[in-house]
Amino acid sequence: MSIPKTMRLVDGEKGNLIQITSLNLDGVMRRRLLDLGFVAGAMVEVIRKSPLGDPIAYRVSQTTIALRKEESSRIEGVLMTDGE
Amino acid sequence: MGNSYRVALAGNPNTGKSTLFNALTGLRQHTGNWAGKTVSLAQGDIQYKDKTFNLIDLPGTYSLFSNSSDEEVARNYIVFEKPDVTVVVLDATSLERNFNLALQVLEMTKNVIICINLIDVAEKQGITINERILTNRLGVPVIKISARNKKGFPMLLDTIDRIVTGAIDCQPVQTTYPDDIEEQIKKIEPKVSELIGNELSARWVSLRLLDGDENLLNEINERFGQKERA
Ligand SMILES: Nc1nc2c(ncn2[C@@H]2O[C@H](COP(=O)(O)OP(=O)(O)O)[C@@H](O)[C@H]2O)c(=O)[nH]1
Ligand SMILES: [Mg+2]
Repeated sequence: MSIPKTMRLVDGEKGNLIQITSLNLDGVMRRRLLDLGFVAGAMVEVIRKSPLGDPIAYRVSQTTIALRKEESSRIEGVLMTDGE
Repeated sequence: MGNSYRVALAGNPNTGKSTLFNALTGLRQHTGNWAGKTVSLAQGDIQYKDKTFNLIDLPGTYSLFSNSSDEEVARNYIVFEKPDVTVVVLDATSLERNFNLALQVLEMTKNVIICINLIDVAEKQGITINERILTNRLGVPVIKISARNKKGFPMLLDTIDRIVTGAIDCQPVQTTYPDDIEEQIKKIEPKVSELIGNELSARWVSLRLLDGDENLLNEINERFGQKERA
């Protein structure tokens, strides 16, 4: 067993399963992400990175949602499995 | 038009709202503007018993906090245009996500039906949903349908009918917030109530004000200010 690794969603690799711990933003941007299902405790799978790395598609609560770097760099979580 | 009632369809994107709308209204559709806005919403009529239900297909959104113009349109319709019944269409395979919007609607308005669609897909996935327990917990009718297979429509239409005739009295469950927030609500709710009367839910408006929703405040000023001048 290794120590849980804290990471930002933006740094996730395809196939990673990350459990969200915190959202480091507020106001409308925070509200929007919460509404999309990016809440503490939620499991997020990294689905696909676009060629330039932005946006990145994530699967959360049975829906695929693409986030820009400004958003995904402010969401932190713990890596649960690297999908390999 | 004493026997005509407006029924709004709300829901997340891709929950089958348009499929339901088309199946129920067939060719009796048109788009209409409302309240002088340039937004046009698909509308269609259903004849049921001695009544006409005018269905309005609201934009599909994940929330109604007006983060986008679609959310604003849907929210304003539910809150200010006051449909007789608001039907929230949910995806049976993704209830956790879909209840975000559903619980928001339950805070905004009284006459709500929770309409769980895609029940055929859920059943194939082994998901069973107990609508009676949900109805008890939510305080409003919960109905399972499959819009594509036209299943569950009689129950849905009958429930709309029984809400507009007053045979069903909806008591939507209100989300309870942490103590500090509830205390703030208690402080401002009576004042909000005084200002807006019974037009809107004072608790909901109070919550939005605590959240700093200036957009809503402007909308209220515009609409209620106009009425006073008229
Ligand atoms: N299997 C199944 N598919 C459905 C059902 N209702 C809608 N769909 C499908 O779900 C997709 C989205 O439907 P649509 O009405 O466009 O959703 P909207 O975005 O909420 O208006 C379409 O491919 C529909 O054919 C249903 O009850 N069962
Ligand atoms: Mg649609």
